[in-house]
Amino acid sequence: MIPAPFEYHAPSSVKEAIGLLERHGEDAKLLAGGHSLLPIMKFRLAQPKVVVDIGRIAGLDKIEARGSAIAIGALTTHDAVEQSDVLQAQCPLLPETASVIGDMQVRNRGTIGGSLAHADPAADYPGAILALDAEIVATGAKGTRTIPARDFFVEMLTTALTPAEIITEIRVPATGTGKGTGTAYLKHAHPASGYAVVGVAVVLQVAGGKCQKAAIGINGVAGKAYRASAVEKALVGKALDEKTVADAASHAADGADVQSDLYASSEFRAHLACVYTKRAILKAASRAG
Amino acid sequence: MAVSKIFGASIRRREDPRLITGQATYTDDLRLPGMVHACIVRSPHAHARIVEIDVEAARRHPGVVAVFTGRDIAGKLNPIPTAWLIPNSDLKTPPHPALAVDRVRYAGDGVAVVVAEDPYSARDAAALVRVEYAPLPAVVNQEQAVQSGAPQLHAEAPNNVAFTWKLAGGDANAAFAEAERGGVVVRQRFLNQRLIPNAIEPRSVVARYTSGSGDLTVWYTTQNPHIARFLMSVVTGIPEHKIRIVAPEVGGGFGSKIPFYADEAVVAFCARATGRPVKWTEERRENYQATIHGRDHITDLEIAARGDGTITGLRGKTWANLGAYLSTAAPGVPTILHGLMLTGCYTIPNIAYEVVGVFTSTTPVDAYRGAGRPEATFLIERMVDRIAGRLGMDPAEVRRKNFIRAEQFPYTTAEGLSYDSGNYAPALDKALDLIEYSRLREVQRQGPKDNRYLGIGLSTYVEICGLGPSAVAGAVGFQGGLWESATVRLHPTGKATAFTGASPHGQGEETTFAQLVSDELGLPIDDIEVVHGDTGAISMGWGTYGSRTTVVGGAAIALASRRVRDKAAKIAAHMLEAAEGDLAFEQGRFSVRGSPARSKTIQEVTLQAYLAWNLPAGVEPSLEASAYYDPSNFTFPFGTHAAVVKVDADTGQVELRRYVAVDDCGRVINPLIVDGQVHGGLVQGIAQALHEAAAYDANGQLLTGSMADYAVPRARMFPRFVTARTETPSPHNPIGVKGVGETGTIASTPAVVNAVLDALRPFGVTHIDMPLTPERIWTAIQKSAAPPAEARRQGAQQKDRR
Amino acid sequence: MKRTISVTVNGKKSSHDVEPRLLLVHYIRDTLGLTGTHVGCDTSNCGACTIMMNGRAVKACTLLAVQADGAQLQTVEGLANNGDLHPIQQGFWEEHGLQCGFCTPGMMMTALELLRRHPDPTETQIREGLEGNLCRCTGYQHIVNAIQNAAGKLRGVPARK
Repeated sequence: MIPAPFEYHAPSSVKEAIGLLERHGEDAKLLAGGHSLLPIMKFRLAQPKVVVDIGRIAGLDKIEARGSAIAIGALTTHDAVEQSDVLQAQCPLLPETASVIGDMQVRNRGTIGGSLAHADPAADYPGAILALDAEIVATGAKGTRTIPARDFFVEMLTTALTPAEIITEIRVPATGTGKGTGTAYLKHAHPASGYAVVGVAVVLQVAGGKCQKAAIGINGVAGKAYRASAVEKALVGKALDEKTVADAASHAADGADVQSDLYASSEFRAHLACVYTKRAILKAASRAG
Repeated sequence: MAVSKIFGASIRRREDPRLITGQATYTDDLRLPGMVHACIVRSPHAHARIVEIDVEAARRHPGVVAVFTGRDIAGKLNPIPTAWLIPNSDLKTPPHPALAVDRVRYAGDGVAVVVAEDPYSARDAAALVRVEYAPLPAVVNQEQAVQSGAPQLHAEAPNNVAFTWKLAGGDANAAFAEAERGGVVVRQRFLNQRLIPNAIEPRSVVARYTSGSGDLTVWYTTQNPHIARFLMSVVTGIPEHKIRIVAPEVGGGFGSKIPFYADEAVVAFCARATGRPVKWTEERRENYQATIHGRDHITDLEIAARGDGTITGLRGKTWANLGAYLSTAAPGVPTILHGLMLTGCYTIPNIAYEVVGVFTSTTPVDAYRGAGRPEATFLIERMVDRIAGRLGMDPAEVRRKNFIRAEQFPYTTAEGLSYDSGNYAPALDKALDLIEYSRLREVQRQGPKDNRYLGIGLSTYVEICGLGPSAVAGAVGFQGGLWESATVRLHPTGKATAFTGASPHGQGEETTFAQLVSDELGLPIDDIEVVHGDTGAISMGWGTYGSRTTVVGGAAIALASRRVRDKAAKIAAHMLEAAEGDLAFEQGRFSVRGSPARSKTIQEVTLQAYLAWNLPAGVEPSLEASAYYDPSNFTFPFGTHAAVVKVDADTGQVELRRYVAVDDCGRVINPLIVDGQVHGGLVQGIAQALHEAAAYDANGQLLTGSMADYAVPRARMFPRFVTARTETPSPHNPIGVKGVGETGTIASTPAVVNAVLDALRPFGVTHIDMPLTPERIWTAIQKSAAPPAEARRQGAQQKDRR
Repeated sequence: MKRTISVTVNGKKSSHDVEPRLLLVHYIRDTLGLTGTHVGCDTSNCGACTIMMNGRAVKACTLLAVQADGAQLQTVEGLANNGDLHPIQQGFWEEHGLQCGFCTPGMMMTALELLRRHPDPTETQIREGLEGNLCRCTGYQHIVNAIQNAAGKLRGVPARK
């Protein structure tokens, strides 16, 4: 397993990296932790002429609370997300999601920005990013723009990023936990790859025994991660008893182009989506306190 | 110098220090001066004609030393032979060229080889080899391959049939006629899915040819260097005495490093043709395509029993997928190693069985851990549960009722084997006890919790080990002997080297064989070196597979040690001026009975053996002996495994909660090592039940082509296993051992499948094909006759409808 | 075009000109000659190539050597201290935590970080911590025992069974 040759650049600033991307256009690929790109380069499924290694750009791996949001640098590893005190206290859904990505070694290298840019629909972050209504901050030659999570995932392996844009930051809301807010990520992992056959991220707000707000992001099921709006609608305003949740969760795959593979047919995958949605909602509800 | 007996002691392995410090040398770790690197170009098509190969661009690539195609080597390398010519089967052996010349027959078939100064250049140049293929239709399913109109792979094998092998004992038709009248007959089609062995070390070869002397030395990942030497000689035409095969550290095999592969011959050819040492190491992707696969049976089976659960007959037919070519042992695996074990540990007097070996456009299939016996055990153990279900009997009781009883040994089966010894009921009792069988049945009767269904599964197995008596090997067409060699040499300072023809690669015989020598000769274990895996050092041997290493090779080591001791006794008697019959030998010391002060240590005797200043008449100098042990029979380890699962009826997911393995492998030399062998086998067998499966699409493309697609089991999939043993020594083996390398794999697959189907009995589900993935289980529940609500009310002991 | 990288491996500084595409595991094995680190798969699944990079367990098959420029690396050859086996090595030896030994260096390097995170790990923590390491020989149970044994040694208490 040997990648094809390429020209290598290790810029020290975002600006320099964008310059390289502009210069080389489609010949260039960004390398962050390398855990999405290098495997396909080793199989020569990707043979970029130029690799721009942004792993040495300083300052892109910080996690900072900024008012009601938390900003996560794009180069933050999955492990750093999992271990972050700030995130565990203020946005526990993301650490919970990060904790089930790949394995310890992969989490030590893989980055949140790299994973999102790769846009594998079976990756774990997309559901949580959608459920949190996170924002992806992208920087290009013309400056910085903020892409709402809903607009970010375009289709399988394709995002709203332009070829010369780099994700620099991900912003998630400080949902907190307990006191009426509960979140959960539940996943049915593929036994070989560890990727999500079904992954369900839930953010709930409960008051007076009734659901005030529900946001449910699902990855692994369709060609891109999606919000299960039918489920969300069926929950709001209701008490989250098992029957209500089960009925609502039965809409988890409504309207989705459910994928099929050797491990799970579309029928089974849709069924699993419902079961995991139900369980994730109940888990989040139990955490809402 | 006190040496207590260490047979039976869990001593730390002596091979470990080099392995845990990174100092061990596996084949890919070798670096020879002037060494170049090979990359094999493989067919992306399952079945195609080769129209043209253009290697010019590859040849011109910087660093490239040579490029060869099938045409370049045709006539210079003989076809790759198969070594198991099963008799009375009309076996066809179409030629298997080392590199395809005009036709490729599976995706992964080698078509060219590039040799370059470094592996990166070799890989780059291989991408420049342009092969024009004319694709032909593929056939991956063995049952379809024998139909008329199916794509034909070999002119020599019409309808892709490699052989038809039949087995009969007693009168099966009469037994079935009787059962149809007043008993029970269960029929089922079973698929034993294709598996990928997945030794974590990929195959690797380093070949060096010295033109001055005409010597070929090959270091490589083999389980049987002497067989490899013979086959290398056959294929390359280099005489056997000019070939040395070395198996350095070998990183697991599980059968996949038994065969002699085309790749090895190609690398040797390259070394000779370029005059440079050549290394080739497969990538995992190549391993999945070009290293053998295992199992892949389709079986239609019927079992007949009386109303009281007495099993009277077994009848069936198996289509065994052999892949594109006959691998080294392939014909023997689904026939001799499978068919002869079908009746298991039961007195089933009547059997009729047929095996059709079939060529398909897939990776060749050969021995994978257990090799034929897991397939047999799976069939009979599933069927015993089905009979229990139909008769409303407890599966444990049906087993007990049909066991060969202790007093019936040696027992001749309907297949014609003579089981050496056994005592099956105590192992069953022990397993039931350890798993708390009655209590769990009680819990089960209380019904599921949270839609999670409890299931308990049993597997009572017997397997054939210690391959094997050479006369039998010959009678069943194995093109070799199955005895084993040992030489035990004491050095003048009293240290010892033991040479074995077996070739362990993780099983720990450097330790257990040293334990044997230590016990026989009273030497401290640290004074004993065990040498294996080098045809330059060891006269002959048949290698490590078939749970034979300790049973046959260990016995040879013990016998050679005893011969050394006998000679030492003669010298000691002479030194002590006593009659040999008056000597006692204990703790490494010869002493005169009645006057213990008159004694000589084995080290003192050894020194005299080499000095030869004063040897008794007729005794030659030096102190070493060889033994060539050819067993009089196979050994037949047995036991009971029990699995407890919870099946989530909402997701179909199986949680393996507990697992008990009670094995009887005869006497145990090192309990720690035996436990390790059992654990490893369990994980492989359980993973066959629940996770692992190789899959092809209709075009013959492997869909599970990497470890990201094929579920090699991980640590978190398993609970802590409970292992226990009973001990029924083999009566004919010189050290009483029976073999344990494959029992875990053989017994565990049906135990787990039985447990899952036991959990699903309330739904009326009686069969699901392996692996029992969540989707298959969920689908079976959806299709079941009983809706869950009704199912919950049903008692567990009700009879199966099907 | 080659680039110059400098790394510290097992406490020893090295500097080489490498092709950008050179995988770190090949740099370690072929350039530095430290063949204790193994390659078992193509897909970052098996973990046989696990080493420590700047104190973290990483898969050296999924890194370019150039990405390690300036890094502190530790391989299995750097586990023992002046010939004294590391407690993890002792644990693997005493508990028969290896058979063919091919996955073992990666297992031990993973265990090194696992035990730093969980000095007194539960069996579940160990099994989950080994998610990125495949062993085909042992069935994992003796590996779990080995890591428990090592944990005890590192904490200065007798091995727990």
